[in-house]
This record gives sequence, C-alpha cells and structure tokens, in this order.
Amino acid sequence: MQVPILKQGGYLIASIQSVLSDSDLVQLRDNLGERVGSYRSRGVIIDVTVLDVIDSFATRTLRAIAHMLKLRGAETVIVGIQPDVAFAMVQLGLTLEGVGTALDLEEGLAYLDEKTKRAPVNGN
Amino acid sequence: MATENQTEIRSAVDIVTARQRGRALALELGFNGADVTLIAAAISEVARNIVDHAKSGEIVMGSVATTQNGGRTGIQIIARDQGPGIRDVAQAMQYGYSTRKGLGVGLPGAKWLMDEFDIASEAGRGTTITMKKWKR
Repeated sequence: MQVPILKQGGYLIASIQSVLSDSDLVQLRDNLGERVGSYRSRGVIIDVTVLDVIDSFATRTLRAIAHMLKLRGAETVIVGIQPDVAFAMVQLGLTLEGVGTALDLEEGLAYLDEKTKRAPVNGN
Repeated sequence: MATENQTEIRSAVDIVTARQRGRALALELGFNGADVTLIAAAISEVARNIVDHAKSGEIVMGSVATTQNGGRTGIQIIARDQGPGIRDVAQAMQYGYSTRKGLGVGLPGAKWLMDEFDIASEAGRGTTITMKKWKR
C-alpha cells in the first residue's frame, strides 16, 4: 500500500497508514527523493505510529531515506515509534544513528523548525 | 501442538503475512503486548532470511508446552527452507556479519528476541531454525 505524502508549508509529511511490505518502503524512499526536489522541501516527517514492527530491513531503509534526503538538502525526522516497537529494536541492536526522531507529529514539526532555521545573512 | 499454522514464504510480501499470523497467535496464546512485538520481530527476521538466502521456504508456528521449571507454555516457530544452507553457522550467528547487503543483525537479533533458538543447516540441503518463547 502506497504511503500518502502531504505537503505542509516547506515540509513533507509521509503518514504511514498500514503495515508496509519491503517494496512499499522502497517506493516511499523513491517518492520522497523525488518530491523533496519538486516541492523544494527542507524537511520531511515520516510518521510510523501504525507500524507494529520495525525490523532490520525497515531500519536500514529509514536510515537510507534520511541520509539520501540529507544529501538533497532536507532534514528528516521519524515520529511515532511505539514503546514496544522501540524495545524490540533495542533488543535487535537496531539504531537509527544520524536520523532525527521525535515523539509525535507536533514534536516532529518543532524539531524541523529548529533544524531548518536559516542563519540570518549579514547585511540583511 | 494445539494451534498451528503454516505460511509459505516466497517473496517479501509473505514476511508481512507470517509476522501478522505470529502476532495473532501470540495474542491468542496470552502473551503480553511487549512479547507479542518481540515475537513478531523475530518472525520477520527469520522470514527475511528465507527470502534473502533460500528464495522460498515455510514458517510453521504453534503452541508448545514443557513440564520443566514447574510447567510452562509458549510459542514455537519453525522456519525451514531447502535453500543452499549456511556453510558456517557460527559465523552467520555473529552480530554484524552478512554475506549480503544486510545489516547482519537478522539471525543473531532473532536469537536475542526469543528464549530458545536452534539452527540446523547443511550445505546444499537447507536450513531449519526452531525458536521458542515462553510465557512469563
């Protein structure tokens, strides 16, 4: 099932609606890579609240998405990892190193606002 | 085994099916929420191992009981394939070791998630993983 991607100001919000197969995740990666360019987005939120398991493949793909979007000039934040899911990830030794995480959508937006704040240019 | 089901694993989509069946069975057997998630994650990893290395296989899961330690019940998951087998099981069980593009955490990770984990493999004959988790 395809993940809908919404545009919210300068950000994109990918809200995962159901459990995802490997190919759905790869599709999400490709769609986000493209949309960040077409919408000139500077931040991306991936909401994983509904995911009941984040296994090694999902972790690797989420990491790849965040690193890829960073190379395209956008910050990524993963929001909504459930407590049981987080516990299983820790047990599996899976980390989202170098990837922003936040509790929920609201915190995710605050994280991006902070991360994408532009330093004032001298003389302006 | 009282309750049992079998899932054919032929593509990545079947990983999701096996995981969901495992989750449903674990709930039915009375596991708590955290354990249900651990069991589903372990199934995901062994199912992925089949897809990545053997192309196809099956996962059989059901209830299991023992009279040891005053009697316990739990869930047993058997993942088997007739793939190329694992030449060096000890190496495959090392954290971070991968012959493919993976993270190399799948099988050792699954072992950590479960209470018992046994792997039998023969080059050219396939691999069978048997894992159990007991109710607390």
